[in-house]
Order: sequence, then C-alpha cells, then structure tokens
Amino acid sequence: MNGAHILIETLIKQGIDVTFGFPGGSVIPLFDAYLDYKGKIKNILVRHEQGAAHAAEGYARASGKPAVCIATSGPGACNLVTGIADAYMDSIPIIAFGGQVPTSLIGNDAFQETDMMGITLPITKHNYQVRTPNQMAPMIMKSFKIAVEGRPGPVYIDLPKDTMTGEVTEPIPTEVNIAGFQPTKMPNPIQIKKAAEAIAKSERPLLLIGQGVVISEASKELAELVSLTKIPVSTTFMAKGIFDETHPLSLGTVGMHGRKIANYATLKTDLLITIGCRFSDRITGNLKTYVENAKVIHADIDPAEIGKNVKIDIPIVGDAKEIITQLTAELKKLQTKEKTEWTKTIKHYKKYCDECVPIKEGKRIHPKTVMLELNKLMKPEDIVVTGVGQHQMFAGHFLRMRKPRTFISSGGAGTMGFGLPAAIGAKVAKPDVNVFLIDGDGSFQMTIQELGTIKEAGIKIIIMIMNNSYLGMVRQWLELFSDKRYSEVYLGTTPDFLKVADAYGLKGIRVAKKSELESAIKQAIKNDTTTILDIQIEEESNVLPMLLPGGNLKDAFGGCMAGPGKYFEG
Amino acid sequence: MTKEKRHVISMLVEDQPGVLTRIAGMFARRGFNIDTITVGKTTKAGVSKMVITVIGDDQILEQVEKQVNKLIDTIKVMEMTEDKSIIRELCLIKVAISNKKAKDEILRYTKIYKTKIVDITPKTITAELIGDPDKIDSFIELMKQFGVKEVSRTGVTAVSRG
Repeated sequence: MNGAHILIETLIKQGIDVTFGFPGGSVIPLFDAYLDYKGKIKNILVRHEQGAAHAAEGYARASGKPAVCIATSGPGACNLVTGIADAYMDSIPIIAFGGQVPTSLIGNDAFQETDMMGITLPITKHNYQVRTPNQMAPMIMKSFKIAVEGRPGPVYIDLPKDTMTGEVTEPIPTEVNIAGFQPTKMPNPIQIKKAAEAIAKSERPLLLIGQGVVISEASKELAELVSLTKIPVSTTFMAKGIFDETHPLSLGTVGMHGRKIANYATLKTDLLITIGCRFSDRITGNLKTYVENAKVIHADIDPAEIGKNVKIDIPIVGDAKEIITQLTAELKKLQTKEKTEWTKTIKHYKKYCDECVPIKEGKRIHPKTVMLELNKLMKPEDIVVTGVGQHQMFAGHFLRMRKPRTFISSGGAGTMGFGLPAAIGAKVAKPDVNVFLIDGDGSFQMTIQELGTIKEAGIKIIIMIMNNSYLGMVRQWLELFSDKRYSEVYLGTTPDFLKVADAYGLKGIRVAKKSELESAIKQAIKNDTTTILDIQIEEESNVLPMLLPGGNLKDAFGGCMAGPGKYFEG
Repeated sequence: MTKEKRHVISMLVEDQPGVLTRIAGMFARRGFNIDTITVGKTTKAGVSKMVITVIGDDQILEQVEKQVNKLIDTIKVMEMTEDKSIIRELCLIKVAISNKKAKDEILRYTKIYKTKIVDITPKTITAELIGDPDKIDSFIELMKQFGVKEVSRTGVTAVSRG
C-alpha cells in the first residue's frame, strides 16, 4: 500500500470519518486514495483552506474529538495558518495536513514550496514532516496523541508528495510512545487537601471555571461540587455553558465584557478557585490589582500556566475531572457548610443584575433584543457559533447556555471569519441539533465563500447576521477612546445579503423590526436549507459594561453600571 | 521579585532535525534571552544534551523550565545550581604582544590562570582556558590591557556532582 492509503487507513483507525480539505498538486495522491474508502471516510470540500481549518475547529469544539483539515503545499498550507493559530490559542485538537513538494525538491524553492515546518512551529503544539512512507502511520499516530492528551492543541503534518506515492514496506505499529510527552493527569493529594481546607475556611469562595473543565468533560462533576458546597460559579468566555447559566448560582462570564455580577464577585471573593483557566489579559485586566486581596487556587493540566500571570497560593497540576472529583470527596469529609451570608448577597445582586438591564429601542433593533429572543427559542442542546466582534460579546454576555460545547467562539485569537466555517464543522459533528451562527456583517464577509460549501454539502444552519454596516467593535473603541475619530470602520450597506443567499441557492429573510424577529427565527429553524437572517441592528450600539484593557476590575464602566467603580453600591 | 542572576539549565532532548530551532524559537517568542547554548551527543543514541544559560529572576527561571518541558522533543529539564554541579566553559583568547615586557607579563598571567598556550607568533599569543564563566570573564578583563585581538567562547556546559 502507498503512503496515501496508509494515511487514510490510519485516520480511520483514529476514528476519523470526515475531513475538511481542498486539493492541489501536492495532495492529488491523497485525495485519490479517498475514492478507495467510500463509505468509511469522506472529505467536505471547502471553498478556501482557511475554511477547512476553522471547520475542523468547529467539529472538534462541538464534539470534543480531534478533527482533520487538509490543504496542498505552499499557498494552500499557508491558508491553514490562521485556523491553526486560532486552535493553538484556544487549545483545540486539530490535525492539519499540508502537502509538500517531493523530498528531492525540498529546499530548492520549487513550485508551491513553502517552509511550513518553520511557519507552523510557533503556532502548533508540535509538527512533523514525513520523510519516508514508512514514517507515515507512526507520525500520524503520535500527532493524534499529542493533539488530544494533556492540554490539547493543533499538530501540523507536512506531507512531501513522494511519501504519499511511495510504498510502505514496514509493518504498522499498534501503539506509539513519545519519551518527552507524559502529561500529569492525577493531582497531588496533598494539594487537594490544602485546597479543600482553604475552601472550608473561606468566607466568600468563588469558582472560576475555564475551558479545561469542558475539555475534561467534567460538567457533571462540577455540578456535584456546586450542589455540595453552594459556591457561586463564574466561567470564562471559553467555558460558557459548562455550568447551566440559568442556575441560581451561575454568575455567567467574567472579564472585559463579562457580566457585572461575575466581575463583582471576583472583586469581593476571599478565595478564587480556578480550574482549567489560563488567566488571560481579557479576564484579569491589570494583574497588579486582580484578586489582590484574595487567595488563589489554580488547577490546570498545563504546569506552565500556573504562576505565569497571577501569583498562586495553592497550585494543583492535573486533569480537571480528577481534581473536581477528589476535591468534592475531600470536602465531603470536611463537612463544609454553605457560606450563607455570601451566597445570599450574590443571589440578591444577581437578581438585580438580571433585571436592571435597560433596552432603549431605537428605529433599528437593539443587539440585546436579538439575544433575549434567541434565549427563548433555542433548545438546551442547540449550538451557537459566533464570529468575532461586538455581536460575539453580546452573545457571550446575554445568551444563557445550559450545556458544555454549545457555545463555540474564537476566544484567544479573536479571528474574524471564524464563524461560518466553524458552524459548518459544528453541524457536521452534531447533525441532530440546530446550529445558530451569530455573526457580524464584517466578520461574515471574511469567509462568506463557505456558503458554497454549505449548499453543496447540504448543510443546514441558521445564520443570524447582526448587520450594523460597521466594524462595530473597532468603532466602539474609536468612540470611547479616540473621540469618535472614525477611521476605516464603516462598511456601507453592501452586499445585499438576501441576494447573496439567493445566489448560493439558500434562503434569506430581512429582519428590520423587533416584531419580525421571532417569526423570522422560527421560520429559519423550520426551513430545510440554510437561511440567512439579515438582522438590521442599531448602527452604533456599544457592548457594555466594559473593562478597559489592562484596567482595574473595579473600574469597569458603562451600560447598567451606576458609574465607573460602582457595581452595585451607591 | 527575586534578584536577576545567571541560571544554567540542562536538558535532554530528542536528537531530531529542528530541535534546536524549536527550543531557540520558544526562548525568543517568550522573551527569554539565551546567554549561552551548547549541544552535544550523549551515550544514548537519539538523545542530545543541551545546556543553556539565561539571566533572569526566579519567576523567569520557573517559566523557562516549564515552557521548555512543554516542548514535545524535550525529555528532561533541570537547573544546574553552582553548589551541586560542575560548570565549565572553554575560551580561546588571542592577545597582542607589543613588547618583551608585555609578553613576559602575559605569560605570567597565563600560568596563574592555568591556561594552555596553543599558538604563539611574534605579534600574538593565543591561550586556551577552561573554567567557570566568571574565571574566564576575569581573565579576559585582565588581558584587555595588552589588547585582546580575538575571543571565542564555547558557552557553558555542566554535569551534576556525585
């Protein structure tokens, strides 16, 4: 068997039955091999390689399983780069294959040759160049192991053409071993005990749950911990939905555009219990003042994250599910009691926070209105995918997600254009649920070509374009921080998204008034093909409250806040 | 924050193409400054030993160790502290001879520092010196009065004591 056939067989053995890819000269042998494995594995032909990478990300994020994208050498592989970098920032397990010129031509500046090993080095967990057909299977097996185990991340595999056409002569190993890759899964019991004792002693404990808990599939264990201890739960944007956001102890997301109750609790807590979160600058703001008066427990599977940004009192290295389970058991032994005063205060302000959000409806629809409407119409299993910008932050702030892996968004990298292809991947992973894409008119146009993929692959999603004719987030920054000196943020009123839908053989509905919103979303859910809802939102609405980049948490301002520095009191 | 000082980090790595790039790239990306770097074979096939020195406080050192450890090609990482390791560097130094008196003096110093004279011409003396980096620093400093024409240092290598 040649290298290409072994590649496909190895993918199938790893549980892959669908890939996202785009052909080209160097990967002709690979796509040729697909013809011999019909019914076992298929490729979804995207319209641009960036779409393949984001679709793989969407698949991996929705399913929790590794996903594969493929591009040819040179420009093809280069187009994967944004998606790979995005997956790296958000710890998403994707295996990206790029074609390469034959080994005999490497280094000769051959046609469509690019040093992808060099380019992907800083944006992958690891990368491999297959040098002989015999290396094909072991390198792919190692890549899957690396991508999935420990803190997940993308792996890039460079495929010189002759390693796919050449014959594999050695037997395929049944397992592979990587000497330098042994992630710590089991936490140190002493650290667990210390953490439990600190929790028992604390007056105002707060959980900060990150995506590590999603990756570890520990939502059930988390719910048990909360039901035992009654500790309020804040999450990162990336972990949205890990804990039912309609639960009385759920405070929603923290950070720059997080919910004020979550940021308020962060200011007031005396013990922050952080699990699977890397304390990004969008969460902490000014590191000098962030939780300066609280003790911090930090549990993460990646030891390098502990102490990187925030000073930690009790570090725990290990898998989130193990940590939560052992912590719960330890706390049961200690017979911890609910911190009644604290939970009462939190519940009181949470209720106040939920109700005090005013909407001043103008001629066009307020973005918040769209989110509140969607909250009513989506089922708990339904998936929301977003682009990047104001609409993303409105969704993060106002949507109430109830299950893990139902909110899919580009967090660390903030990649505009992520939404549409990621929604494709999510729908392929979860064909039985509704997938809503909330996108901005700017973000959507960055990967708009994937509407072709949607039509040809028969994928049905519901696209909600929050159309304000602006690059809204940048416009907001210019309004707030640059005296409204708007520079290069107005997109104008083109294109007509209904005509775009029509051109791709899809359906389109324009939603100009609040009263049309409900029926339009319902119609889109009912339609048997993808529908684009062109939702005419206010042109210049701002996402608030907001924490200044690098600013102090207490100085968050705007929206329903009484004033900067005033979350609830006075 | 603790005081900045020199840290010697020893690591065992897979002997594969690109491994030096991976490690050097990670240092550059994270803003850690490599002071010296040496690489060589070990007794085990496929495994190389790399010794890197960095200047920084304890927090930097901790991050360096953790980030290096994260690289898939890294098998083992440890800090080589001065009290528990033998740390050496080799230096070749070419010094100008301006007159007889200078020559005598240079030769006297080279003896005190236990260097080996490896080349001598009417106008230059080249000495080879092995020692810890501080000793080499001070010898170079001492030679400056005569005019140092060229210096080549290998960077630090180290083994643990006992």
